[in-house]
Amino acid sequence: MTETLIRVSGITKNFGVVRALAGVSLWVKEGEIYGLVGPDGAGKTTLIRLICGALRLQAGRISLCGFDVADETERAREQIGYLAQRSAVYEDLTVLENLKFFAEVRGLPKEEWAERCRWLLEFVGLAEFTGRRAGQLSGGMKQKLALAVALIHRPRVLLLDEPTTGVDPLTRLDFWRLIIRLVRGEKLTVLLSTPYMDEAARCTRVGFLHKGHLICEGTPRELRSRLAGRILELIGEPASLLIDLSRADRQVEDVQRFGNSLHLRVQEGQAEMVIRRLNEAIRKAGGRVHRLQLVEPLLEDVFIVLSEG
Amino acid sequence: MINRLISLIRKEFIQIVRDPRALAITFLMPVMMLILLGYAATNDVRNIALAVLDQDQSPASRALIAAYRAADYFQLAYVVSSEEEMRQLIDNNSARAGLIIPPDYSEQVNSGRSAQVAFVLDGSDPTVANTALSAAILIGQSQSTRIVTQRLERLGMSRAALSPIDVRTQVWYNPGMVSAYYMIPALIGQILQFLTTLLTATSIVRERERGTIEQLIVTPLRPWELVLGKLAPYVIISFIDMLEVLIAGTILFRVPINGSLILLLTMSALFLVTTLGIGLLISTVANTQQEAMLTTMLTLLPSIFLSGFFFPLAAMPVWLRAISYLIPLRYFLIIARGIILKGVGIASLWSEIVALIIFAVLVMSAAASRFRKSLD
Ligand SMILES: Nc1ncnc2c1ncn2[C@@H]1O[C@H](COP(=O)(O)OP(=O)(O)O)[C@@H](O)[C@H]1O
Ligand SMILES: [Mg+2]
Repeated sequence: MTETLIRVSGITKNFGVVRALAGVSLWVKEGEIYGLVGPDGAGKTTLIRLICGALRLQAGRISLCGFDVADETERAREQIGYLAQRSAVYEDLTVLENLKFFAEVRGLPKEEWAERCRWLLEFVGLAEFTGRRAGQLSGGMKQKLALAVALIHRPRVLLLDEPTTGVDPLTRLDFWRLIIRLVRGEKLTVLLSTPYMDEAARCTRVGFLHKGHLICEGTPRELRSRLAGRILELIGEPASLLIDLSRADRQVEDVQRFGNSLHLRVQEGQAEMVIRRLNEAIRKAGGRVHRLQLVEPLLEDVFIVLSEG
Repeated sequence: MINRLISLIRKEFIQIVRDPRALAITFLMPVMMLILLGYAATNDVRNIALAVLDQDQSPASRALIAAYRAADYFQLAYVVSSEEEMRQLIDNNSARAGLIIPPDYSEQVNSGRSAQVAFVLDGSDPTVANTALSAAILIGQSQSTRIVTQRLERLGMSRAALSPIDVRTQVWYNPGMVSAYYMIPALIGQILQFLTTLLTATSIVRERERGTIEQLIVTPLRPWELVLGKLAPYVIISFIDMLEVLIAGTILFRVPINGSLILLLTMSALFLVTTLGIGLLISTVANTQQEAMLTTMLTLLPSIFLSGFFFPLAAMPVWLRAISYLIPLRYFLIIARGIILKGVGIASLWSEIVALIIFAVLVMSAAASRFRKSLD
């Protein structure tokens, strides 16, 4: 039986009159990568800060590996590694000094952290830069150092707040490889927030946060299946004509651009009809259709529906 | 636990050492302030430029001029030949005062009548003018006493019979009445207050500004460990600064330390508790280092003006003096001046010491109740 490591039940957080979280509950089981997605201001950061005890709860309960965050704060904190949205390493300390400081403050004896540091620096690829000031690292390297800092005390749970925002695509990929290796190798459980849907798709489970409410959650596959048979992909030209005609169709609920293709969301069971009707309309208006067919919905499609309410 | 504290302190010191600009300010500013305040902001008026118009040109008039010259209040800068010339010198600030001796001066003196001399004064700087005025009157009076005495002695009367009251003034503690002596103890207090408040407030706010506080919060550091670890380095620095001012004061201005150095250091430590607490309080309200700096300035201004740093408490209107009782620096200045200048001990300072203890307890408990290891 797998253990539930993060248990959030009915938490609420207000900042003055702003309601950042309104009764959110979620569970994360051992070995899961749980992805929190949602637009800016949805409450992702607030939720993660509450879990690691950096903000105080106003209502509800949070327990980490069985320890109540409000009552057994320090015991709960021993279980977590936390990477804040603004990566927080001391820029005037070197890579090694940063690791050493957080190791000592965490109460690790030298025999233990020296070995752990070596391994972590090797793991995140900073072994050659131990003597460099953190302020002189690139954004991606700084983020990897912050990850190493978060892992120094062998936590069971890793909380990552938008770990790859503002990092170049190659480093993003790197970062994900690291996370997956950690989950497999160190049996880590991860809760992360991300604005990127392709990252959400890599998670074992995804929760969609919107204006302080957890609107829905499930595996990426479950979420996508909610729109099965309702998403059409349209490729053709000219683009503006395609958009106008798609929007004009009464059975098309929404039109989104993804690169050079359009995603049309159609009403339940209307896909065949719409394909026939649009093909004809576009040809009549002098446009060309290269492809118009049913596709697997993307997570983006799902979240667009969800954020419409 | 103690190891956690030590590593926090070590980290803080590494950061301090790696910021050479802040380091320079921390250690140079006190000496710079000492030199500025010690030399420039002094109330000692010496060497007032004096223009003399001697229309008499007699031994008697020369004796009077010599009397003015002998006091180091005046410096005989110009000998002029007309009132017009004197006016010009005073107008363009070359001379601050003028002495006009009329043509019949020696005749009047020798015939035993009262001779009148005119003393012209530039009143635009009241401090200078006040000093010049009282000095001029004093010098004139002593000169006339001397003339009268000489005259009576010639008639065969004894000196003692001539002046039944002989007031001899004697200044205790600061016999030369040197402003620097008064300033240096005050400066120590002001440096302790300014630096500790500013440094502690900014060092904590910096962690918040750069986001590192979040990483510290999720460590098992206790709130008091965090506070102690952040404050300890600045306590040490403030003490070094204080010693620096004391040493520079004794070398540059020859300020004597008449009392017990140990007592002075103990009292400084007591005062530090309050200023650290103020810094801590500021760190709980300020979000950026700039805000912390401005708030520190805001607390500093009343301290400077109401503590007796520049303006003597005795000269303040009653309501302002009442407010001054709320300024911790006031008590520390009395203590520091007492120890350094008068060499007094606990016995004469206990009421100030009690006041400081009360402040330390109040401010620290307010800071402790507001300081939380969380972001809200
Ligand atoms: N410290 C704070 N003080 C006041 N309001 C805050 C604070 N932190 C977050 N908020 C507000 O709470 C809401 C949720 O913010 P946040 O959790 O940062 O969202 P996200 O991380 O999803 O972008 C926003 O409306 C934000 O303005
Ligand atoms: Mg956020």
